[in-house]
Amino acid sequence: MKYVIYALLLLLIVLHQDFWNWHRYEPLIFGFIPVGLAHHVGISLAAAVVGGLAVKYCWPAGVDVADSARAANTPERKGRA
Amino acid sequence: MNSGQLAVGVIAAYLVLLLAIGVLSNRFFRGTAADYFVASRGIGPFVLLMSVFGTTMTSFAIIGSSAEAFTAGIGVYGKMVSWSGIFHSVCFFLIGVRLWAFGKRYGYQTQIQFFRDRFDSDKLGLLLFPALVGLVVPYLLMGVIGAATAIESITVGAFPALFEATKGGIPFWLAGAVVCLVTLTYVFFGGVRGAAWANTFQTLVFVVLGIVTFAVIADRLGGPVAATRQVAELNPAHLKLGATEADEQVFRQRMAEFEAGTSKIKPRHPHEIPPAVFFTYIFIPFSVAMFPHLFQHWLTARSGKSFGLVVVAHPLLMMLTWLPCVLIGVWATAALMPDGSPVIPAKLDNANAVLPMMVNKLAPTVIGGLLVAGVLAAIMSSLDSQFICLGSIFTNDIVNHYIEKDRLSDRNVLLLGRMFTVIVAVVTYLLALLTRQASVFRLGVWCFTGFASLAPLVFAALYWKRVTKAGAYACVLTAWGVGAALFIWAYATTELKGDQEFLVWGVMPVAINVAAATLAMIVVSLLTRPPPRETLDKFFAPAK
Repeated sequence: MKYVIYALLLLLIVLHQDFWNWHRYEPLIFGFIPVGLAHHVGISLAAAVVGGLAVKYCWPAGVDVADSARAANTPERKGRA
Repeated sequence: MNSGQLAVGVIAAYLVLLLAIGVLSNRFFRGTAADYFVASRGIGPFVLLMSVFGTTMTSFAIIGSSAEAFTAGIGVYGKMVSWSGIFHSVCFFLIGVRLWAFGKRYGYQTQIQFFRDRFDSDKLGLLLFPALVGLVVPYLLMGVIGAATAIESITVGAFPALFEATKGGIPFWLAGAVVCLVTLTYVFFGGVRGAAWANTFQTLVFVVLGIVTFAVIADRLGGPVAATRQVAELNPAHLKLGATEADEQVFRQRMAEFEAGTSKIKPRHPHEIPPAVFFTYIFIPFSVAMFPHLFQHWLTARSGKSFGLVVVAHPLLMMLTWLPCVLIGVWATAALMPDGSPVIPAKLDNANAVLPMMVNKLAPTVIGGLLVAGVLAAIMSSLDSQFICLGSIFTNDIVNHYIEKDRLSDRNVLLLGRMFTVIVAVVTYLLALLTRQASVFRLGVWCFTGFASLAPLVFAALYWKRVTKAGAYACVLTAWGVGAALFIWAYATTELKGDQEFLVWGVMPVAINVAAATLAMIVVSLLTRPPPRETLDKFFAPAK
């Protein structure tokens, strides 16, 4: 799954360059959003989906260890106030 | 009561509310440094999301985005938001989660503590301290300039006898001072918990009010369809990334009409974004990997899993915040008042005032005041975290690190941290008075360029075992040296004003600076002795 996420990121980078809408603003999406702007809004939405896939399938293992130890005292450094 | 005075009333009420949140969060303060600086690592996913997002979004996102859209069109969304939507989340996932885990395991409260340990180098902290503080100052500057400009514009007419030069509006110098003072006060009361709570409240305020602003202004312009159609007739190039010969012809025709007096709106010159410039904005979002104020919020997380919501929701919140501002900025290029006069005057000295002017002239008075509260919310939710982090790195990385534990009382340590924060706030305020005409957008891009140039260091520290102490020094020194040289060159050329983007070899300076810092780090690391085994075990061995 890690490689699928990498591939999706690469795809987003390529799609971001948006050569195909560079010199046009029509069609206006919903009648008022230029197509180039709508394209980039779509990239924002896609970034959230890819982020969700990464969280679900590629979560780093070491973090769960830190989580499981969270009841224990964290050794705060020179903790003075 | 006139509209300016009503706006002053709404802004004052909002600032009092923020002070109340600071005082309330103070009741939960446990009296320890860990509680003041990292909220005892007890913040849940929703407040973490709100505080991380609120901290990342500042006047750059509200004032700067609309100003840049007014100047150069919709391209600002692609340059900043869609790149950031992808790579902010990448940084939160690859950097934030791991740093949180190390912070939890080894008790770090600042970035510098992590880097000192990771590279076995005390002096690296002394190199990073001025670099990080020096880069936070322009970030603060953006906030103060944005907030003071917004208040001055929206309160016009409030006290004409008192402030003649600003047509009765609260002057820039006073508005900036009040914003700094209120933020410092609630931060000193509540520490990072107070900032996180205030940020949660403020993030909700600015996202909701941003959408309300959009709806109200769109309605006043005859609806969003009519507003965009008006731009298409006057400034079609503002609705796309590149200008064509047809756009140039439209511009010449509209300018002739304006000069002949048959049109009241001065057209904007078509703006072309070179593809290489558009692409090299890719490096800007990596700046979040090195924001010290963001690091501070990462450490407050109760659990590593809290980051999941941040990774997913951050691009969506960015879109919700920026899209209305970008559209309002573009609409402003062709917006007319009901009497047919332009909303934005033909001669506009400072594009930072575009959004406040649109709000002031088009929104009903009460909503106008609330909308400025929304703008202040976006700005102050960053200022507070930056003030906290300045105190934190001074207290932890300088005072506690170099002064023997029992030589200063706990109270005096916190007092020193707060004094340092106040000094930086005063310096920032004075700089804001001197540079108020600077473009918030340009200032922001330079600030992010500096942080992004240090990002290779944190990526290498977490993922490359072979990076060495000397490589880390090379990275920071190169980022500083190349960045300072490019900035001085840019300032001498553009003074960070105007429509022109400063480029080096046809690309954004950030690309040059990141490449130079990365290359220096890799070459020097490979030429020097690898780090000791125990250091690698500490940071790379599987956690038990």
